[in-house]
Amino acid sequence: MKADPSGVLVGTHFIDGDHAACEGALAAGCRFVAGYPITPSTEVVERFAARIPLVGGVFIQLEDEIASSIAIQGAVWGGKKVMTVTSGPGLSLMMEHIGLAAITECPCVFVDVQRGGPSTGLPTLPAQADMMQVKWGSHGDYEPIALSPNSPQECFDLMIKAFNLAEMYRVPVFFMMDEVVGHMTERVVIPPADQIEVVERRWTAKKPAEYRPYETNGNMVPDMVKAGDGYRIHITGLTHDERGYPSMTPATQDKLVRRLLNKIRLNADKLLDVREEHTEDADVTVISFGITSRVATAAVDDARAQGLKVGHARLVITWPFPAARIAALAERTKVFLVPELNMGQMVQEVERAVAGRAKVVSIPHAGGTVHEPETILAKIMEAAR
Amino acid sequence: MCCRWAKKNLPRPSRGVDLADNLVAYDARNLQIPDRELMRSGHLACPGCGAAIGMRQALKALGPDTIVVIPACCWAVINGPYPYHSLEVPVIQVAFETAAISAAGIRAALEIQGRNDVTVMAWAGDGGTFDIGFQSLSGAVERNDDIIYVCYDNEAYMNTGIQRSSATPYGAWTTTTPTDSPKAEPKKNIVEILVEHRIQYAATACISHPEDFIRKLQTAKSIRGAKFIHLWISCLPGHKVEERFSIKLARLAVETGVFPLYEVHSGTRYTINHEPTFVDVAEYLKLQGRFRHLQEADIDRIRHNIEWEWQRLRLKVEMGRRLPLPPVGAIAGVQPGRFES
Ligand SMILES: Cc1ncc(C[n+]2csc(CCOP(=O)(O)OP(=O)(O)O)c2C)c(N)n1
Ligand code: SF4
Ligand SMILES: [Mg+2]
Repeated sequence: MKADPSGVLVGTHFIDGDHAACEGALAAGCRFVAGYPITPSTEVVERFAARIPLVGGVFIQLEDEIASSIAIQGAVWGGKKVMTVTSGPGLSLMMEHIGLAAITECPCVFVDVQRGGPSTGLPTLPAQADMMQVKWGSHGDYEPIALSPNSPQECFDLMIKAFNLAEMYRVPVFFMMDEVVGHMTERVVIPPADQIEVVERRWTAKKPAEYRPYETNGNMVPDMVKAGDGYRIHITGLTHDERGYPSMTPATQDKLVRRLLNKIRLNADKLLDVREEHTEDADVTVISFGITSRVATAAVDDARAQGLKVGHARLVITWPFPAARIAALAERTKVFLVPELNMGQMVQEVERAVAGRAKVVSIPHAGGTVHEPETILAKIMEAAR
Repeated sequence: MCCRWAKKNLPRPSRGVDLADNLVAYDARNLQIPDRELMRSGHLACPGCGAAIGMRQALKALGPDTIVVIPACCWAVINGPYPYHSLEVPVIQVAFETAAISAAGIRAALEIQGRNDVTVMAWAGDGGTFDIGFQSLSGAVERNDDIIYVCYDNEAYMNTGIQRSSATPYGAWTTTTPTDSPKAEPKKNIVEILVEHRIQYAATACISHPEDFIRKLQTAKSIRGAKFIHLWISCLPGHKVEERFSIKLARLAVETGVFPLYEVHSGTRYTINHEPTFVDVAEYLKLQGRFRHLQEADIDRIRHNIEWEWQRLRLKVEMGRRLPLPPVGAIAGVQPGRFES
């Protein structure tokens, strides 16, 4: 369906990624935001504080990130589309509740404006070092979705996609910004509401007496209700059966955890968003995501101008990792280069997907700034030799 | 303008006169402030920063055998990156929510080594105390961990650019309580919450009254167990005040009755340490840009709140006088006979 026009600030704006992310969420129908100030994400909550009351929503600043990550889940069971936003230290505090969102299948968006770490690290400077944390940070097995925007415009556009995916798959969706994307100011075009597709929550068509909260109706993702609408629901972080009641048997655990993983794994083809340039004839392929993709584009363009057969595959959806697509690229590409603002996280996934069929070279960076295009170019030249 | 000036027959400040002259000031000639300096220039605080002034006073009180624990807050920046390190005592900088418990860990290790000559002071902002660090503080106080916890209160999250905390007063603007919906809730009363933990010693202090603050720190140092001091500080960018008014603003916080100076021994014995002149609170509010949007009706409400809070405080003083001494076990760490001395 189309977006609710009240949340869509139509027009051409000159705003930073943090502000654009807020506008994207409002356009997607987000009406409850809980947050806590932390650099470099604070501008997102500041904008919500001013903007969300105007569209009939609520922003609350909570006492910490633990509270933020759980207040939004309360609001989901109260019937709203929700998000929270933070950066490294806050994300670390949210981890337990990310697991809760995974097991209760609570659709919510977690925005992480990444900064250098570990710990307080580099509060005002960029990194992409939380990639593995959002995949593995909470205990137990689960499969999240993550998207990596590289510009303020994408902070708007992909935020709508993030909310839509949260509703479709009922998983925590991570929106992996970084300090540079969050604080860079560029032109952002917000189209009219009738040009924005939003996915509404899939409410059950069943009557209260027939409804079972975790019955999957054949598509692995159960339909929802909200508390207070006359449905008897029991939502719990304990292992539960289709009725939502705790069940401590290995059989229930196996069935539940398998479904939590498979609703993402078996839909990996639908969750593919890799944007490729020149990969058809590439001997060398750069794989990048987020802000690093903009540096990589410059390096790849330079290399192409010098006649080198180099391609660029930019991961927009970073989790689930597009392993099948990377494996397909490995049929032709001889060397993969993986620049990232961390000491080598997503490169491990590339290695797994390539499985020895090509050489995989990490171009790590501890964060604090972005790569120099020349660094990536030099690696391309070396690989092409 | 204000009934209190008439009632108390106090000189009424006229516009254009520096208010500080009219306040019952500390007698500067008799200031008993140690000469030693353990905080050096070269720090990174804003000019006139109350948090920097407060730390300088605190270290004068506690001396060189002090370990300072600082969570995320302005002070994590003020101390300065190399080569600007401004404190001449060890500084352990920790995660935002952990000031009290980090200090308690340090204390435990010192105790194992028999080092009772070292003071461990947690030094945290209001956000790190009233909000995210409250669980850790509550735990340390309940266990009576032997630390001095100072909360320097600038009434918002300043380090991240002025967001509301639960120490932000009613009516204040912050970036997350914009002027069309300024903070609607009163400030959390942290001292009273800790008093209800049966803490041995809790006190308020203000940078404009250094002798009082220093005496309170020295009292805290003489007591084994958990001690808490709530220090009001001015923050010029956060309160939207000119730099030159840093101390004047702090004095007004005290003299208007907004921030009473008092201490509580053994969770029961209240002492008001300074009787304010009750300057009209409008003088205090009008100095600060964060209150500029307030209407006369809001200011009246604040006046009434001050009156009510003072009545409450005076009744607590009275209650403390009337109550028998707390029985053994009612106050953490207080041994029989100790309180009377
Ligand atoms: C877990 C976590 N959440 C958020 C932050 C971001 N942060 C750092 S300092 C700060 C504000 C501190 O406010 P306060 O304690 O009042 O001290 P002030 O800055 O006012 O001196 C915040 C929100 C952080 N460092 N860690
Ligand atoms: S923002 Fe306020 S508390 Fe922080 S350094 Fe500046 S004056 Fe001090
Ligand atoms: Mg503060």
